[in-house]
Parts: sequence; C-alpha cells; structure tokens
Amino acid sequence: MTPDVRPAGRNALLLTFDTLAEVVAFHAGLRRAVLPGVTEVVAGARTLLVRFDPHATGPGTLRGRLAEVEPVAAVAGPGDDPIVVPVTYDGEDLHAVASTTGMSPTELVAWHTGQVWTSAFCGFAPGFSYLTGTAPSLELPRRATARTAVPSGSVALAGEFSAVYPRTSPGGWQLIGRTTVAMWSLDRDPPALAPAGTRIRFVDAGPA
Amino acid sequence: MTRLTVLRVGPGTTTQDLGRPGFSDAGLGAAGAADRASAALADRMVGNRPEAAVLEALLGSVTLRTDAHVVTATAGAPSPVEVESADGRVRGGAAYEVLALAPGDTLRLGVPTSGLRTYLAVRGGFAVDPVLGSRSWDSLARLGPPPLTVGDVLPVGDAADTWPVVDAVPPPLPVAPDVPVVLDAVPGPRDDWFTADWRAALTEQVHRVTPDSDRVGVRTTAPHALVRTVTRELPSEGVETGSLQVPPDGHPVLFLADHPVTGGYPVVAVLTPASVDRAAQLRPGDAVRFRLVD
Repeated sequence: MTPDVRPAGRNALLLTFDTLAEVVAFHAGLRRAVLPGVTEVVAGARTLLVRFDPHATGPGTLRGRLAEVEPVAAVAGPGDDPIVVPVTYDGEDLHAVASTTGMSPTELVAWHTGQVWTSAFCGFAPGFSYLTGTAPSLELPRRATARTAVPSGSVALAGEFSAVYPRTSPGGWQLIGRTTVAMWSLDRDPPALAPAGTRIRFVDAGPA
Repeated sequence: MTRLTVLRVGPGTTTQDLGRPGFSDAGLGAAGAADRASAALADRMVGNRPEAAVLEALLGSVTLRTDAHVVTATAGAPSPVEVESADGRVRGGAAYEVLALAPGDTLRLGVPTSGLRTYLAVRGGFAVDPVLGSRSWDSLARLGPPPLTVGDVLPVGDAADTWPVVDAVPPPLPVAPDVPVVLDAVPGPRDDWFTADWRAALTEQVHRVTPDSDRVGVRTTAPHALVRTVTRELPSEGVETGSLQVPPDGHPVLFLADHPVTGGYPVVAVLTPASVDRAAQLRPGDAVRFRLVD
C-alpha cells in the first residue's frame, strides 16, 4: 500500500489511498511512528492530510519518512469495548431506506445494531463522526434535496457511512432514528464522543 | 483587574488569538486571527506574548472605554484612531501607533481607508474566558468567546513581557484603487481534476471578491470559470487554510481561518501563508490576481 503523495500548499502533504481501510491503517501507523515536525493529521474518506512545521521538517524529508511508515491493521484489544449508543429507530426515512435496500424496517435495525462502527474521521461540524461498519455497506445515496434542519441526535446513513448529528443543522443524510447521547459536549474532555478511531455499537432503545 | 467596556461595535468584531489547532480529529478547525501577521504585529507593538488575544474588528467599527491606564496599538487595515478623555477633550491617534490611555479614556476606531480587518491589541491581552484553550471565535463551529456586543466588559490579562520598544510602525503603503491584489498559490493537490487551461483561468484574469465572503472563505467570481475533467464526487478530504476550493460553479472559494476541517470539492491550489494574510484583508468588489509558485 503506497499512497499517492502530493503537496497541499507549503505546509502540508495530502496522501491518497484506494480504500478507507488503508486510510485507517496508515493513520494508526502514523500515530505509532510519531514523525518529527508533523503537527496534525486530518483523516478523510480516502486521504490523510499531514500538516507539518516548515521550521522543523520539509516536504522532501517528510516524504522519505512517510515511505517508511508501517500501516497498522485495526485490532480491538481486551477492555476496548465499543461505546454503546441507544437509538429509537423511528427516523423519517426508515421505511424508504428499508424498501430501497430490500429489507424490512426490522431487518434494517438489525443490520444497524448488529455490527461495530468505527469513527473514520470527523468533519462537517464539531463531533460529527463518519462511522464505518463491519458489515457490508448499503452505499445509500444522499437525499435528492437536503433538509434545512436535521434535529440534533438524528441517527443517519449515507454512502458507506453512518453518523449522529451532534447539533441541529442542514443535512442530506437518510434519517433512521434518534439518540439522546451527545456527540459533542464542552462539559467533557475530550468534547467529541467519537474522535477518529473510536468504536461504537448502536442498540435498539425500543419504541419511544 | 483592568477592564475595557464596549460602547459601540459593528457586526463581526471578535476576539482572536493563535486559534485552537489539534481538534481536527473531532471535526473542529483551528480558527484564530484571519490575518495572522497583523494580529502578531499588534501584539508585539504593545509587548504582548504571541498567544495574547486581540480584537479583530471588521471595518474598524469599535469604540471602547478603559477604567485604568492601558497601552494599545492597532495593525492590519489602517483605521483612523481617536481618543476622548473623561473631560471631553479629543486627541487624534494613528493606525500602527502605540497609544497610552488613561482611566476614563474612550478609544474610537473608524472605517479604514483600505483593507477589511483591523487588529487592536491591549497590553496584557483581552482575557475573556477561553474555550478549549483559545479565545478565538470560530464562526463555522459557533464556538469560542462570542462576537462583541455593546455593553460587554472585556478584562485585560497579563500576557505581556517586555515593554513596547517603538512608538509607531510605518503602516503599509496605500494601494492604488482597483490595482489587483496579487496572491501566490502552490498548485494542487487536485489540479489534475481540471482541464489544462485551469492555470490560465486562475492566473490570466482578474477575479472579484463577492459580498458573501466571511471568515470561512473569500468567494470570488471571474468571466471564465474553471472546468473539471474529473466529474465524480470527491470523497471528503482535509483542507488547508488558503485552499482554493472549486465548487460546481467553477469559481474558487479561498478558505480563511474558520474553514471546514474537510471539504467535498477539489482544491486546485493553496495560497502561501503570507498570501492568506493578504486575502484576509480583501473587501467585496476588490480585484485579485493569482500567481502560481512552487
């Protein structure tokens, strides 16, 4: 797995991979390697943006060091239980999503609760984690028109991802349920429930 | 504790410092002063440490009254400066001048002749309550000390070391009206998503700043749009401050301090840090030329 490496301005390199699994593994390898001069790594769906301090390293040196990074496959250690997020599965798009995928709503809920989800990266809003599952993805399209206000706590699907809206915001994802678990809280350290690498299991909280 | 009271303020005046880098993996950007060099200069002029928070005033619109002796300075967009003492006497000041204010003095910043963001430093720094280690308001995440409103009382901190060593710094030369501001950009990372004439579209025409620009981004328009060759959706990827992100209309959005952590449109080039500072001073209607550099 050798990523495509290209400059993103003077102080960052953008690494592109073929799959999200490669991104996650290389990101883990990068955390372990601790490259001098690297100030921040921003994960994306197929990319890692590696920011560096130009006084401490340069793009040439960094490219060499990146070539030596060993990817680390995600392995859950003992005591590394996923965070449990109870969900009331009554989302506005639940039935439409179920029929699109040829499942009953009950089967869709079983699919969503029957796997472990990992936060691949965050974006869009503070605490908005792009979660990838262990079961085959549904590759759902986004809604043709975005909603102007998706309520905070909405549990949603789009593409290869599931997510929980940390705050009320516009959004085009398919809504399948809702939770009272806060994805973002300044009363907590760290404030994000699921930064990149965090594992989550959704459970059915039953009818409202 | 020394305090400054806000008597008058326009929209979009905020406290800013070096920002809060390091929360990207939680979906939160760094924010911080949009024109970092000017904010740093204002801090240095009053002997502040680099992390001291300053005010970032949009079009200079802020009036403050002090209850104690304070030292202030402005940098960035050159606002006219006026000081009214408690007995009503008014004295003139200047942009880029170190000013000593007495208890009861009122400091008025007017509309600058050019530029958009004026940075006001007070010796010791504005010590409003930090959020996640920073006093920067992030307009995208809506996080940090909120924008100033009339009646706010701003405490002054102790983030100062040396005493000021200059009385004034020469302000930048005035720019002739309608001479395009030149911004340097490094090609990539997604320049190969566009037709080969993207270089011409970027560098051989004048781009105009549109009114919907803010701390998230400077939006531009030009006669010729950039055209994509790769039309599939770009999976969300991390973006740098200064990125020229190209939305479906083909006119680059130039990301400033409050840009999103990840973006779903290709970035054709990224400004150098010095050019990001210049871009933060662009007003709606201003003309821009891009120059490609290594």
